[in-house]
Formats: sequence, C-alpha cells, structure tokens
Amino acid sequence: MLNVQDLRLTFNPGTPIETQALRGMSLEIPTGQFVTVIGSNGAGKSTFLNAVSGEQKVDSGRIEIDGIDMTRQPVWARARHVARVFQDPLAGTCEDLTIEENMALASMRGERRGFSFAVKPALREEFRAQLSTLGLGLESRLSDRIGLLSGGQRQAVSLLMAALRPSRLLLLDEHTAALDPRTAAFVLELTVRIVAEHKLTTMMVTHSMRQALDVGQRTVMLHQGRVVLDVAGEEREGLDVHHLLAMFEKVRGEEIDDDKLLLS
Amino acid sequence: MSLYTLLGALEIGLIFSLVALGVYISFRLLRFPDLTVDGSFPLGGAVAATMIAAGQDPFTATIAATLAGAAAGMITGWLNVRLKIMDLLASILMMIALYSINLRIMGKPNVPLIMEPTVFNLLQPEALVDYVFRPLLLVLIVIVVKLGLDAYFSTQTGLAIRATGSNARMARAQGVNTGLAVLAGMALSNALVGLAGALFAQTQGGADISMGVGTIVIGLAAVIVGESLLPSRKLYLATIAVIVGAIVYRFFIAVALNSDFIGLQAQDLNLVTALLVTVALVVPRLRAHWSGRKGG
Repeated sequence: MLNVQDLRLTFNPGTPIETQALRGMSLEIPTGQFVTVIGSNGAGKSTFLNAVSGEQKVDSGRIEIDGIDMTRQPVWARARHVARVFQDPLAGTCEDLTIEENMALASMRGERRGFSFAVKPALREEFRAQLSTLGLGLESRLSDRIGLLSGGQRQAVSLLMAALRPSRLLLLDEHTAALDPRTAAFVLELTVRIVAEHKLTTMMVTHSMRQALDVGQRTVMLHQGRVVLDVAGEEREGLDVHHLLAMFEKVRGEEIDDDKLLLS
Repeated sequence: MSLYTLLGALEIGLIFSLVALGVYISFRLLRFPDLTVDGSFPLGGAVAATMIAAGQDPFTATIAATLAGAAAGMITGWLNVRLKIMDLLASILMMIALYSINLRIMGKPNVPLIMEPTVFNLLQPEALVDYVFRPLLLVLIVIVVKLGLDAYFSTQTGLAIRATGSNARMARAQGVNTGLAVLAGMALSNALVGLAGALFAQTQGGADISMGVGTIVIGLAAVIVGESLLPSRKLYLATIAVIVGAIVYRFFIAVALNSDFIGLQAQDLNLVTALLVTVALVVPRLRAHWSGRKGG
C-alpha cells in the first residue's frame, strides 16, 4: 500500500520564478489497486511521481510504502520496492547493453549484486520465455544491443523488466505518450496484462483522459499540486471524457481551448 | 629499425595498453573524463621504485603501487560523487595533488632502479635475454588483465558499473547505488594505471616525477586508434581493440622517431601524440561526412 501524506514542494523559493509544485498532496493506494492519474500541464503529476520514486526530494510530508517510511531514501534504495517505466522509451533501458544484460540488471533490482555472472543459462531461458509473450520476435535477439530496438519495443521490454522482480508499487510515467497510436495501444494492453498477472499496485500518470478512464480501477485528478478529484467504482463507470473535461474546466475556472491535447 | 627497438616499442606499448584499458573504463564505460591518470601513473612508479629502492620485495611493491592507483581513482570519484565537483575538474584537482604527493613519496624528483631487483629480472629465466623476456612477461600480464576485466564486467556488479555509465537514471531505478559504482569503476581504472606505472618504472630504470606528463593523451590515443581499427560494441572485442591500439600507436611513434629523414627527435613525442589524436578524432567524422551520413 502506498500512503502519501501532505507532500509539499516549492521550486526556486524566494525568487520571482517561485513555483509551488506540490501543495499538500495526499493519496492512499491500497495494495493491488491500479490508479490512473491525470491533470493539466503543471498540475504536479510528474513532480508527484518523481517524489514517490525518490528522484525529487520534497520539502515536507511523508511517503510510506507498506508501512515503510521512504521519504528520505534515495532512488536506488527505494528501487527494492518500487518499479518504474519512464515516459522516454530510451530512458528505461541502457542502450549500450544487450537485451539480456538489461533484463539481467532488472532481475536484480533492489538486490545485493555480487560477483557471479549476470546472465546465466537458466536466467537466459526465463528471459526468452518472457520475451516470447510479447510476440515481437525479440526472443531470438537476446544478445542484440537494446539500442537497436524501436521505441515501442524498448518500452515493451521495460515493462517486462519492471515485472521481473516483485515490487510493492509500479510507477508508470506517461509511458505510452512518446509512442505512435498503434504501438501505444499495444503497450497499454501489455501493461494491463502484466499488472493483472502480477497483481501489482500501480500508479499510472497519463495525459489521455480516455486512457485514464479505460484502464485501472480508480482515477485521480491533480490540480495545482493537490488531488481535486478522486473517483472509483460505479461513479467512475458512469464517467465519460466530457464529464472529466467539465470537471477540469471547473477546477481551472477557465475554458480549455486545447481539447486536442486532452482528448488524444 | 632494429629488433631491439621493435621489442622496446612492443614493451612500452604493452605497458601502455594497461593505461589504455584504464582509460577505456573511465572514458568509455563510465563516461567520466578522468585526467587523474597523469598523476596515478607516476604514483604507481613512485610507490614501486621507492619501495624497491628501500629493499622491499618487487612483487609487494607492484601490488602496493596498484592499490595506491586505486585509492587515487577512488578519491577523484569521491570528489565528484560526494562533493559534487564536476568530473573533469575533480580529476584535475587530484592530478595536481598527486604531483606533490609523488614528490613526497620519492623525496626527490627521481628514484633510479639500476641494480635493484624488479619483477622482471627476478622471474627472468637463464635462457632468455632481458629485452625478449620483458615483452613476454608483459604479454602474459596484459592477457590476464584483459580476461579478468571481460569477466568482471559480465558479473552483476560489473554490469551495474556499465549501466551507471550508460544510463545512470535507469541504473538507479534498478537499485544500483550509482555513486558507489562510479567509485568502484574509478578505482579499477586507476589501479590499472598504477600497475602500469609500477611496471614502467621497473623496465625503464626508475621513476621520475615527470613520467606522467601526457599519460592521459597516450591512453586516449590508444583507445581511439584501437576503436578505429576494430570498431565493436562488444566488450571482449573492445578490450582487444584497446590493447592493439596501444601497441600500434607505440610502433607508429617508434617509426616516426627512428626515421631520420623525417627529422623528429624524442622531445617531439608529445607533439606527435597530440597530432595523432587530433587526426584519429577527426577522421571518423570526415569519413561519416564523405559517406553522406550525419557526422558526430
């Protein structure tokens, strides 16, 4: 279970460009729940995700995962409990390493790394089996550099990598945003499958309202560094993109003219 | 060019292939532009020569020199990781600090090793002359180091170091303590350079405070020459390329300095090196330009 209490963070305090990115953000995600997070640009989605992963230190507040206080832990220490897929398909894998080396790295996420060989035959077979579920033909390219793969393929491998070790929380940071629509649909489908298979507690940030309502069990809307809408169950079932848009407008108190961005 | 000169070039080439492997680890694997080597090379020489001159066993002295190099690399890494000093600057600071430290260790600008035992003359069999045996022993050392590095960088920790250099953000997200990985990589890199310095002092008749000048450029030259001769992203091929690069580079220098008609002398070594590195850096870009691809 993720338990975030009253996170506050101000960028460039005391300067003319002071920005309050998080203003008392609180959110609880019960174990096994799949939550989608939406919000306009600057609502604090990415900052919030980075705060949970540890990439961004916060001014105050508390982040707990299954009762363990993570607030002051560095990224690499949290990695034991938190798996992550980045928005940029190039960010989640090491382009200089081979597919199997990348997967070997992820298969030791949060574990003590020793002096035994990273890629052992048994592990290689496991990777091959995992990759074949993608149906991309990657199972025969284990020793290819991952830099040779397309963005969509790399994102699919990143998802597999995130599930190689058990984790208490999976963070997805607009991980389909940089992909073409077909590949994005494929990666999203894969996400839903992997999350269900491993019963992962998941927080997915997305820029697409459609996506936010279609996948997961609960949708949270952020605005000005706070949760302004939190829907689940029947209430969420009845929601449509138009409803969300209307709520968006309400909280922003202004017309949203760039519907394309929000509806995509 | 005589056989003697040739074997001499091979000998120095092999010693500098250790430097080149160290430079490959810092510049290529960790992407840490590390000038510490200009200080850790003479540090290795200073430690080894001083200990041997004081009557210590040459093997112990060589190991101590290697560890001294590792410590120097670790301090550079620490300056960067913990004190957040820019990588290049951190290594320059360590380099100039080592100049004083090396003088302190030797107590004078040079420590000659003329009659003293070295790892080379202790191991030398009766049947072989010294200038044949030295390159032979060095070949063995270089092969052992190369295979050791290949193996290490395929282990879990070795892979973590490579990931840190390639994509630190991803490495952290996979639970790699990237700060520690940089320290370990820098220690390994400079340990090899310290070892090279110790072997250099034992083959060249002693350690000298100025023996480190331009080490980084020579190491980098070897890496670049090797990469253009044998371009490969596979680690075990890349390490071969770097070793070959160091030896080829040394032969090139020997030919240049021994051809009277060019009129070059020993003091032109660094100028020739600088020119060679410049050419090696520019040629791949020109080649890409000529073949119509994007340069870079």
